[in-house]
Amino acid sequence: MNQILEKSIFEYSQPGRGALAQHPPGDDAAVLETLPSALRRRTPPRLPEVSELDAVRHFTRLSQLNFSIDTNFYPLGSCTMKYNPKACNQYAMLPEFLARHPLAPDTQGQGFLSCMFELQEMLKEVTGMKAVSLNPMAGAHGEFAGVAMIRAYHRARGDLARNEIIVPEAAHGTNPATATMCGCVVKEIPVDAQGDVDLDALAKAVGPNTAGIMLTNPSTLGVFERKIEAVAKLVHGAGGLLYYDGANLNAILGKVRPGDMGFDVIHMNLHKTFSTPHGGGGPGAGAVGVSARLEPFLPVPVVAREGSAYRWLSEADRPQSIGRLSAFMGNAGVLLRAYVYMRMLGREGMSRVGEFATLNANYLMARLREAGFDLAYPTRRASHEFIITLKRQARELNVTAMDVAKRLLDYGFHAPTTYFPLLVPECLLIEPTETESRETLDAFIEAMVAILGEAQTDAARLKGAPYTLPVRRLDDVRAAKQLELTWKPVNSAA
Amino acid sequence: MAFIPHTAADVQHMLQTIGAESIDALFDEIPQSLRIQGLEGIPPGLSEMEIGRLMSERARLDGRPLSFLGAGAYEHHIPAAVWAITTRGEFYSAYTPYQAEASQGTLQLIHEYQTMITSLTGLEVSNASLYDGGSAVAEAALMAVRAHRKSRSLRLLIPSTVNPSYRRVVQSTAGNQGVQFDTVPYLRESGCIDPAALEAYSGQDITALVIQQPNFFGQLEDVDRLTDWAHAQGMLVIAVVNPTSLAVLKPPGEWGTRGADICVGEGQPLGVPLSSGGPYFGFMTTRMEYVRSMPGRIVGRTVDLEGRPGYTLTLQAREQHIRRGKATSNICTNQGLLMTAATIYMTLVGPAGLARVAESCMARTAELVSTLGQIKGVRVAFAGSRFHEAVVLLDRPAAAVLRQLEAQGILGGVDLAADYPELGPAVLVCATETKTAGDLDRYVGALRHALEAA
Repeated sequence: MNQILEKSIFEYSQPGRGALAQHPPGDDAAVLETLPSALRRRTPPRLPEVSELDAVRHFTRLSQLNFSIDTNFYPLGSCTMKYNPKACNQYAMLPEFLARHPLAPDTQGQGFLSCMFELQEMLKEVTGMKAVSLNPMAGAHGEFAGVAMIRAYHRARGDLARNEIIVPEAAHGTNPATATMCGCVVKEIPVDAQGDVDLDALAKAVGPNTAGIMLTNPSTLGVFERKIEAVAKLVHGAGGLLYYDGANLNAILGKVRPGDMGFDVIHMNLHKTFSTPHGGGGPGAGAVGVSARLEPFLPVPVVAREGSAYRWLSEADRPQSIGRLSAFMGNAGVLLRAYVYMRMLGREGMSRVGEFATLNANYLMARLREAGFDLAYPTRRASHEFIITLKRQARELNVTAMDVAKRLLDYGFHAPTTYFPLLVPECLLIEPTETESRETLDAFIEAMVAILGEAQTDAARLKGAPYTLPVRRLDDVRAAKQLELTWKPVNSAA
Repeated sequence: MAFIPHTAADVQHMLQTIGAESIDALFDEIPQSLRIQGLEGIPPGLSEMEIGRLMSERARLDGRPLSFLGAGAYEHHIPAAVWAITTRGEFYSAYTPYQAEASQGTLQLIHEYQTMITSLTGLEVSNASLYDGGSAVAEAALMAVRAHRKSRSLRLLIPSTVNPSYRRVVQSTAGNQGVQFDTVPYLRESGCIDPAALEAYSGQDITALVIQQPNFFGQLEDVDRLTDWAHAQGMLVIAVVNPTSLAVLKPPGEWGTRGADICVGEGQPLGVPLSSGGPYFGFMTTRMEYVRSMPGRIVGRTVDLEGRPGYTLTLQAREQHIRRGKATSNICTNQGLLMTAATIYMTLVGPAGLARVAESCMARTAELVSTLGQIKGVRVAFAGSRFHEAVVLLDRPAAAVLRQLEAQGILGGVDLAADYPELGPAVLVCATETKTAGDLDRYVGALRHALEAA
């Protein structure tokens, strides 16, 4: 890489310049005279004044400073960075879909609504749940919907004391944050040495205040929770419900279903399992699925089929609903991409996702172990991801997981997830996904071996990495202390 | 196999390396009783050619009516360059920029976005986006409760001139934490917040007043007076604004003597297609003093080991992956790609272009409203200034009239019967810069015909 840094768009700006083809025709400035002067803007906003070519070149250059799935292997654990098929984008962006207003009547949207209905049906099938709502706009938003439904369920039964959500200590940060956001109290429980939930601790944690438990399976430790049936029995026995965090659904697609494991409510990350893009941070889609007893509480709207026509069900149809989570109906365009993906894969392709994601992870795990890396759970199968720990290298060679991660960037690989889950020291959580070839995995292994060699002979080399990217390691402390959150002209006093 | 590159020889070699007999053996830790043997309910797979044909057929069913709908989502021209660049794989298929050195493009773009949106709203700091306008209002309500250390009431005033959908999202989101909302009525003459009704809350402990400008009816509120009144009462002010309008309307940071404290809104008008309601993005800006109460990601400029400038996510101790149960919000994934589109949009239209768009929207709506007001059986509901929407009252049930227009290929507005029954038959109409004189004529002609026919 080593591109020259791209200056700020504001440094291209010249007063009076602009992309004039983008201005609407005519001059309507006179209409502003109808506005009371107290309501009018006095100074124009600081937006760039550049030509269209300036803008195109600037943002294209910025894009080239990024790693992405389209340019790099991206084995980021827990994030499922698989190939995002181009067809999904193209067919979700057909002009009629893009132009459709969210409040257009159902009669002007039967094509779109039919896709949404079929998507609901397919998601029910792959998860084993009774009903689905497509509303939540991200995984954490789906978690919110799920916990809110659990609360609403208990309240509807007059069971008002149940406000505790149990979360394993290895859970994603969104789980406890969601519980808090829903007004619940978080109780964390440990996992045992093999990575399974500690059943004794769970038995002590459940009781008359238990609203439910939030679990990821396979867990964030990269292993399948083998005691899931016992966990379900314990929590249900205490009157609580089971929430499935779908972050790792890719691992088990077509092999085992959350509904069959005993979960009452789940969210799916369509931007992981169903390959909609991550977009540099979003958008996602966090559809939720529920068992029969939670169906009345699903967030609205939900698509229904009546005869051969489709329509939105709203509050009037679902009086017990937890309500609306978005102004309209969630991330419709993302849902269309997931629909295209699922239809292209079909039933055979869907089962192969879990199989080949798991094959790739176990192959990578076996080769890295052979190369001298320590596994966090050496006696376990990998799910679609696994953890290596650099605790030994940290002690013996004074190199950290962060050093290895940064050095991988120099080799052209995006770093795995680092320092998560928190309970494994110096860890790398590695998820190759099913769309990567054996050759790509082999190249990654070679890079890891080379880095391990460097750690033994020249640890300082790792400490300074990366060397070949647009910037070297950044000063995060300065970023937080001297907050520069907007661009300012160099000579500005402000 | 669709999107799986493995040859039979690859599979053989990999299984041998693992020491497993079959792929199925890799699932041997899953209890046998839970395993399924396929997904019969999923249809067989389709080739790209087949799915292309299917989707084109579905899209055709949706049609391309002439639309005068608004109510929170607006039809605008989107420059071709916006989505040509936004869908480049380097933006489209990148992850959240946690590995800063490998994500400078996304990070610098967010920093440029933060600069543009803070200037547009007249406030100091911005996050990198929330889910949508509705959820942004909900997050602002929760943020106000955190930021306002002196208020203990968990009570907010949300006037009925705030988009009813937003009010529902606020209720279903913030209601879980015990936050309560009082609805302040509007005046029938102006369609704006009733100051006398507001005065009834004088002297009470209330966390914040929410002000939407332009309000849901398209009318312009007296934001200076409202802001000063709320501040005099010790409340924070949450502004809910349309970003296009801010090219010509006073930015929330300048409302009243001190300016609004938190500003949120729907970012969709900035280069994001209507797309049945999403993905859009919510924006949020605030004063520097409240930055640590703000939810969502924030990008800061810093230097690298060699002293060169670079960008990184900062103040992450507010966020769920660090603070877990004590985070400012559970938000993780945001709407980054839509924020990307908006940044490119704002760059392409620039300050002059955005003002031209705003003026054109105002002018088209003014023309539409004045012509509609001349039709027998139609009355304009409210006097006073407005932006690019208006409420028109009909002399018969709106639903039937809208159905007649729909039969002519025209979506004539949003029926307000469910949310504002006191208005009688009422429709919220919107005309943006996309509407030509011919489009307005078509609408007026069709409405006149519909009302005269019966």
